[in-house]
Amino acid sequence: MVVGSLRQETELAIIGGGPGGYVAALRAADLGKEVILIDERDSLGGVCLTEGCIPSKTLIHAVELINSAKAATKAGLTFGEVSVNLDMLRQWTQTVVEGLTKGIGALLKRRGVEVVHGRAVFDSPHSLALQNSDTAGVDFKQCIIATGSRINELPQAYDLPVWTSAQALKIPEVPHRLLVVGGGYIGLEMGLVYAGLGSQVTMAEFLPRLLPGADEDMVDVVVKNCERRFESILTGSTVTAVEQTASGFAVTIDHNGHVLKDEFDQVLVAVGRRPNTDKLGLDTIGVTTNKSGLIDVSQECRTNIPHIYAIGDVTPGPALAHKASREGKVVAEVIAGKHSAFDNRAVPAVVFTDPELAWTGITEREAKERKLDAKVSKFPLSALGRARTMGCAEGFVKIISDPASQLILGVGIVGPHASELIAEGTLALEMGATLEDLTATIHPHPTVSEAIMEASEMAAGTAVHVHSLGT
Amino acid sequence: MYEFKLPDLGEGIHEGEILKWHVDENTVVAEDAPLVDIETDKAAITIPSPKAGRVMSLNATAGDTVMVGDVVVVIDDGSSGQPQEPSVADERRASRPSESQVEENEKSQAPPASWGPVIAAPATRRLARELNVDIHKVPPTGPAGRVTSDDVRLFAEQPMPLAESAAVQPSTDSPSAETIKPSKQDAAAVANGIPFLDIEPMPNFEEWGPVERTPLRSIRRKVARKMVTSMVLVPHVAHMDEADVTLLEEFRLKEREKREGQPGGRLTLLPFVMKAVTAGLRAAPAFNASLDPFAEEIIYKRYYSLGIAVDTGHGLVVPVVRDTDRKSILQVSQELEQLAGKCRDGTIEVSQLRGGTFTITNVGPLGGTALIPTINYPEVAILGMGRVREKPVVVDGQIVVRKMLPLTLAFDHRIADGADAARFVSEMVRQLSDPTLLMLET
Repeated sequence: MVVGSLRQETELAIIGGGPGGYVAALRAADLGKEVILIDERDSLGGVCLTEGCIPSKTLIHAVELINSAKAATKAGLTFGEVSVNLDMLRQWTQTVVEGLTKGIGALLKRRGVEVVHGRAVFDSPHSLALQNSDTAGVDFKQCIIATGSRINELPQAYDLPVWTSAQALKIPEVPHRLLVVGGGYIGLEMGLVYAGLGSQVTMAEFLPRLLPGADEDMVDVVVKNCERRFESILTGSTVTAVEQTASGFAVTIDHNGHVLKDEFDQVLVAVGRRPNTDKLGLDTIGVTTNKSGLIDVSQECRTNIPHIYAIGDVTPGPALAHKASREGKVVAEVIAGKHSAFDNRAVPAVVFTDPELAWTGITEREAKERKLDAKVSKFPLSALGRARTMGCAEGFVKIISDPASQLILGVGIVGPHASELIAEGTLALEMGATLEDLTATIHPHPTVSEAIMEASEMAAGTAVHVHSLGT
Repeated sequence: MYEFKLPDLGEGIHEGEILKWHVDENTVVAEDAPLVDIETDKAAITIPSPKAGRVMSLNATAGDTVMVGDVVVVIDDGSSGQPQEPSVADERRASRPSESQVEENEKSQAPPASWGPVIAAPATRRLARELNVDIHKVPPTGPAGRVTSDDVRLFAEQPMPLAESAAVQPSTDSPSAETIKPSKQDAAAVANGIPFLDIEPMPNFEEWGPVERTPLRSIRRKVARKMVTSMVLVPHVAHMDEADVTLLEEFRLKEREKREGQPGGRLTLLPFVMKAVTAGLRAAPAFNASLDPFAEEIIYKRYYSLGIAVDTGHGLVVPVVRDTDRKSILQVSQELEQLAGKCRDGTIEVSQLRGGTFTITNVGPLGGTALIPTINYPEVAILGMGRVREKPVVVDGQIVVRKMLPLTLAFDHRIADGADAARFVSEMVRQLSDPTLLMLET
């Protein structure tokens, strides 16, 4: 067979092997569909696995261990100076990523899903042309677009060797002074990693505050900690110029009207992501995108062309792996003729800062903006036994509820294990749980999860571990 | 001002499709003058104007589906009073929502919680989709206004008022209808569960030449549903034979000449065949039965009513001649004439299209040597008649010219076997070969 001339035919073609695409492939194969999964990268897992969630959490875990070792002196434990072997840290991260990537490959193989490497472009409503591939094209009956998103670049540093988050995750070096442009969750997480590894980190954020999606009182806890770890945090700042120098970069920042000039050894740009919908040939087949380049879809993840579906970062909503995975399962079920729909009530947001930050459902600010009569109750972790045993007294659990029906509307957590605990809040939202459902559920003692029960009790007026006000 | 609502069209009919208006807005219509042609699942009918007056507004255009009770036209008949509120049809059109409208509805209908969509667990929401229930309409019994799975099941079992049933569309047709062109049938859903069944999306025919697209309308759609149901559900077997109708034809043509102009006098071969079939059904009740696959019962019918497939020019309808065992050939012939006429001019009543126990399709007048008809489910057998032709046949060792009628009995192999069919058809062939036997035995 001549390489490059092979055309393949399948029931379902999926473009993109990230947490949306590969999950859809597995579920669709389990439901009896013939599936070809096409990915541009050599390894599966998409951004999440290769240059996102997984490597960043591996590094964050390592930095947490460094910080824990330092914090342990309070409990009488001294380890001396922690030294970091960067080669081993890189290798460890790589091992973690490769293990998971191979796992996905094995899962797909066992289900008979064929993986084709190459860049796919629609050339008709029922076929894809493949570039950089051994396969010339794929003919399909249905197709799922799961091509994800890519990192936005900073126009002022377009041609310069500044870092993206993907590059920073490879730890090419630990720069002495690092400027992180962008105070969203990626900037914060990466800033804390490099601060933990020894960089002096400056953070520049365009908006007046960090993590604009989260409630201010929650972000404040994180910012307070970041202020200790970072050299400075410049909110309300615009990077107006970046120039390469002999030792690094000379950066000009407009900070609330004041012009600051400073030199950094490296600049990390983390200013958001944009959908990979521009090079797919969507125009050829008439799949429409909105002003942001996102593909609008129905609850069944259908695009305007009924046999073409889209999931994950290419569709509106938070660009998060767990949203894409859920959509992947929905779309596979829809294609297999099941009554499935992406009608989820909440997509939890998680930020792996120190302490962790997580929220689900409505935020306090949203409730105010929408002028809802919502009750907000906060239980401080300083009043929780388990938090004290960990030497942690920062943070709280916040429950937003409807006073008339007692329905849970939103949950916010800042504190240790917030990323794990938020699942209970999301379950409460999906199930339509009331405060009583949470207060009457036994939470194990002593754990941080008790804080969710305690906060619910405060909202319901039945708390025993805080002094109730007014009665 | 008179608001004309689509009247009840009889058993089981909730909706119809506007074929054609006989009036325009601002024209004057006389009482009982033709107002609108409406096609239902059963027949096309012309509805006369109940009032005389000026047509103020037509609330639907040709191709629209209207429900019983919808205001289809407003006539200024001189009576006072303004038509209040938008018509049901308008409201329903408005309630066939786009995605954003659905969200609006969810927001506005969410009491008692002041935020968010309907309160229900994911499994309950999935159940509602499966039962084709609009979860927004389900009265909640759970705490905080939570809809439980039992609430959904209970709601699904209730007979829904017309207006509501209309609002619940199959999922493929629902929220995204405005923004996304729905595929009428979810191919995957249909194909699900049948190995090798492979319903491919339509290719782009325009690639190879110009095409014209027309919607599948009421009668055509109804026929499509019935035929697919029958072919998928019923294992069909066809048994073919020929009847020598030379003598019968001689007799028939003689009698027809005599009786010209009299009721039932346009004697065709059909009433004779119908009598022979009736006699056959009495002898072989399996062909006059229905199979209830759910109860696993065979239902033998103790009455004999024959449906006759009639080509009306705008679709196939099957009027029923009742109790053919108790009617003479002439009575049957007369009734056939009336029914066929009503079908052609669209005045057939729904009740005249129901209750058949066996169907005959006679394409003979148009031609055909053999045909394999599809059973009119839930009946279990259908007889197809081809064209009577003069043919050379061997009788007593001699080649002679005889008039031969091709017959095919298609039957449901679940409740009858080839031998039963052979006996049934042979008996019929014998009777049709000799008019005196028809007289004696039917």
